[in-house]
Amino acid sequence: MNGADQQDIHRTIERVARESYGRLVAYLSSQTRDVAGAEDALSEALISALTVWPRNGVPNNPEAWLLTTARHALIDFVRHQQVVAASEPTLMLLKEQFTETAMAIQFPDERLKLLFVCAHPAIDPSMHTPLMLQTVLGLDAARIAGAFLISPKTMGQRLVRAKIKIRDGGIRFQIPQEQDLPQRLDAVLEAIYAAFGIGWDDMAGVDHRGRDLAEEAIWLARVLLHLRPDDAEVHGLLALMLHCEARRAARRSPQGQYVPLSEQDTKQWSQPMIEEAERHLADAASQGRPGRFQLEAAIQSVHAERARTGQIDWAAIALFYESLLRISPTIGAQTGYAAAIAEAKSPEAGLAILDAIDADLASGYQPYWAVRAHLLRLSGKMPEALDAYGRAIGLAEDSAVREFLLQKRG
Amino acid sequence: MQFAFLIYESPEHFASRKKEEVDTYLGAWRAYYKTLVNAGVYIGGNPLEAPETGTTVRLREGKRRVQDGPSADSKEQLGGFMILELPSLDEAIDWAARCPTVAGGAVEVRPVSSDFMRRVVE
Repeated sequence: MNGADQQDIHRTIERVARESYGRLVAYLSSQTRDVAGAEDALSEALISALTVWPRNGVPNNPEAWLLTTARHALIDFVRHQQVVAASEPTLMLLKEQFTETAMAIQFPDERLKLLFVCAHPAIDPSMHTPLMLQTVLGLDAARIAGAFLISPKTMGQRLVRAKIKIRDGGIRFQIPQEQDLPQRLDAVLEAIYAAFGIGWDDMAGVDHRGRDLAEEAIWLARVLLHLRPDDAEVHGLLALMLHCEARRAARRSPQGQYVPLSEQDTKQWSQPMIEEAERHLADAASQGRPGRFQLEAAIQSVHAERARTGQIDWAAIALFYESLLRISPTIGAQTGYAAAIAEAKSPEAGLAILDAIDADLASGYQPYWAVRAHLLRLSGKMPEALDAYGRAIGLAEDSAVREFLLQKRG
Repeated sequence: MQFAFLIYESPEHFASRKKEEVDTYLGAWRAYYKTLVNAGVYIGGNPLEAPETGTTVRLREGKRRVQDGPSADSKEQLGGFMILELPSLDEAIDWAARCPTVAGGAVEVRPVSSDFMRRVVE
């Protein structure tokens, strides 16, 4: 076999791994509740694929091949390592193995259950996103740790601990009951959006690791949409992320300087992504069940309109923020509302809204100080503006944003 | 008179439960359990899964607070225990939230380790 074929097969394995990883881990672990065991077994199967496929060719159904191989690996693990320690569900699964003669070509998609397990209220909320990234997308602990700014060792330990909780803690692989569903789905959406936010904030990173994480989050939302096609908030989340992603190229000047949204060159926005976002937003709106993500997407949609009209309808944005504040009165929404009112009415009106925000909450929130500095300067209150700029610069994590604020402060 | 024995296990002992071979800890438990039963004093009991599998449920300002891990508040002291048969952690959290103690106190929910019990009883 020549090098080009070899590369071809490696690319195929990579593609199958990416597309099938979550499906396979979800299916195996939904039967055993042992996520770590399922991941280990699948790793074994992928390693086998690297040696067997180049020799025998890619199987007709690569996913089924991986599933069968992973099941065999699971049997081996249990036989050789810890028969006595194996949990009852694992032993049950293994019993079923032997009675099953035909290889399952079709197996149910259990990824939605796995997403609900990862965002279960009994699991530390800070681990919801890392668990999803690892179990559904197959990201390794080191890469997840990098995005969360903690050491790979610590992230590895926390993931192991969370998986023990899933295996032994009594968490059920099941779609939550109707009365719990909205709240439980919210946790899943939050976790996906958190992954996107990390990818977004990190885009300044030299290794493009942030960009990848934002793409992974969009992928996760697409998986979720495939599983819950009629959920308005899932459409809303996808619309929101696509609107933001569409502007990626415009967020920095060719020299790497920060460009605020209202000054971005709209020709650099991805029109196909904006159109896709608008389709999802329309789908969501047609269901008449507004929610946080739909409202945030609607705000971004008004900004996107500037590509067509050259204008920003700040009054419309302020109205969407008012609705958003009724559902989800976060400091981010309050700050955004203040900025919109400042544009729609006057800087003083915006400042009045900022003044009403709890000082403790505001003290460490960078966008609050950036907006406050801007509005104070527009109102001619220079000494106070300089102080606010100082806070905003001190709290900035992104060096391009820091440079931008330093310039504005003068 | 009946007494509850509240058994506090070291991390090493928790870890040794998963060992394949019968170690001295498991061996000692088997002997102890048999002696208790033969003495006619054993009413019931069960080993629990490791502390990190626990979930702590509290009720504060009428709202349910579910927290990953064991109860860590030093003011709340162990006041009792119950064993319930339930399909999953979700139902366990529901029942814990109805317990009168969760307003002001806490209920830690932890699965019984039937795997380890099976090995002790043989």
